[in-house]
Amino acid sequence: MPRQTLDREIHHLQDEVLLLGSMVEQAMLNAIDTLKHRDLSAARRVYREDDLINEKRYAIENRVLILFATQQPIAHDLRLLAAILEVITELERMGDYAKGIAKINLRIGSEDIQLPIREISRMGDLSVGMLHRALSAFIEEDVQMAYRIPQEDDLVDELYNEIYRKNVENMIANPEEIDHNNYIMWIVHNIERMADRVTNICERTIFIATGELLEIDVSDDEWDDEDTL
Amino acid sequence: MINRLTFFIVGTMNFLKPPTSILAPLVTRSAPKHQNIDFIGEIGQKPEEESLQVKIAVENLSVFYGKFQVLNNISLNIPQNRVTALIGPSGCGKSTLLRSFNRMNDLVPGSRVDGQVIINGENIYAPNVDVVDIRQRVGMVFQRPNPFPMSIFDNVAYGPRLYGIHDKRVLAEIVEHSLRQASVWDELKDKLNQSGLALSGGQQQRLCIARALAVEPSIILMDEPASALDPIATLKIEDLMETLKENYTIVIVTHNLQQAARVSDFTAFLMIDEDRSGTLVEMGATEQMFTNPRNKQTEDYVSGRFG
Repeated sequence: MPRQTLDREIHHLQDEVLLLGSMVEQAMLNAIDTLKHRDLSAARRVYREDDLINEKRYAIENRVLILFATQQPIAHDLRLLAAILEVITELERMGDYAKGIAKINLRIGSEDIQLPIREISRMGDLSVGMLHRALSAFIEEDVQMAYRIPQEDDLVDELYNEIYRKNVENMIANPEEIDHNNYIMWIVHNIERMADRVTNICERTIFIATGELLEIDVSDDEWDDEDTL
Repeated sequence: MINRLTFFIVGTMNFLKPPTSILAPLVTRSAPKHQNIDFIGEIGQKPEEESLQVKIAVENLSVFYGKFQVLNNISLNIPQNRVTALIGPSGCGKSTLLRSFNRMNDLVPGSRVDGQVIINGENIYAPNVDVVDIRQRVGMVFQRPNPFPMSIFDNVAYGPRLYGIHDKRVLAEIVEHSLRQASVWDELKDKLNQSGLALSGGQQQRLCIARALAVEPSIILMDEPASALDPIATLKIEDLMETLKENYTIVIVTHNLQQAARVSDFTAFLMIDEDRSGTLVEMGATEQMFTNPRNKQTEDYVSGRFG
């Protein structure tokens, strides 16, 4: 039997989460685009518009708290709303990564710098694609997909490691470019972290559907730590 | 004049922050008579609600049963086309307050009322007011379903007949319309001639709601309408309130805090003061009352720490 008010509110919240997700996706794509064109005024816009993402996140959080207080969600409803709280936190942090990239762009300013823009764009596309599908899986509660998406993180990590190696080589060969290489590391680090956080969203999808709180086992950092542990 | 007062809905998401000075006091116990009461409530993320009309304005209302003062100087505004819940511990006077909205308290021997209850600009306690007319405009649904011992059809047609409608076709239309509005038409349409007492509790209660709607009131008072019902029947009544508020103003008394939280848009919290009279502690948007009430007593009550 449907619960008119609660069902309607949950549906609305799911729409809002998707909206927040698309704001984050767009922010990341825009941030990378501003790098590609070295467009500083567009970077400033990305930087500023992070506020909208934060506001949306708090608005959703507020709605969820109101539903906890007034509608007494239980079982699946409870898991879903609790998961939304987690997911919007992840999304907000991803928004910060986009903002971070915009900030680096502004920091670079008018300096002449050789960015590996093709690899950066590729990393961005992969990460944004992962996020997009993770949010679809989240809304549709598609557990299979939620398990599959984190595996794609390997591709992002590979690109990251490739850029990392080139950067280190370049730092050794051209110490005067260490600053530039640092900028590049920060940029790709932001994108890489975004892809990592997609895994957390997938974990929440599994939680909603099964009630299990688990960590999906992928190398969750740019380095696979197995050898060092 | 009062009934055109507007409810100003301030901000969108800011009610989780501490209250600010722009909030007029919601509890206007000491407001002198005839002072305009600005109800400044806040609603979370309902930007479509810019203003609300006041349907019932209660001004300095005190109710006495003999020497005993049941309600002490209550002032509040009930918004139109919304569900307002009256909550509070047993004996705080919430049912008395509800019953003062259609002068049901007149039926209690020795009862006396001070102050005003203004509905559509008219003080219903003014000397020349027709009580029957008030009760037509302000319908009531009670805790225990109380169908009359007659057919379903006659139960719903009872009020309209009382008001002089005898045309069979018109009555049939009213009965169908009322039962539809009460979300019980599909279940009862094939047994309109059966006794209203032969129905389940939930159906009886919705029949009683249909009976109240049949005389076209604009306000419906509900006194614990679901406390005698099972959870599914309760849910149906709650959903019904959500639908009905499009066309009616609903005031509900409930002991069930969760129900108040689920169904209402506004909540008024009453308590017993040191003289054992009911007083209004706080009134506000339900979302705010259940997430961040301004008053410590409200906080304790809604979080189950007393009462």
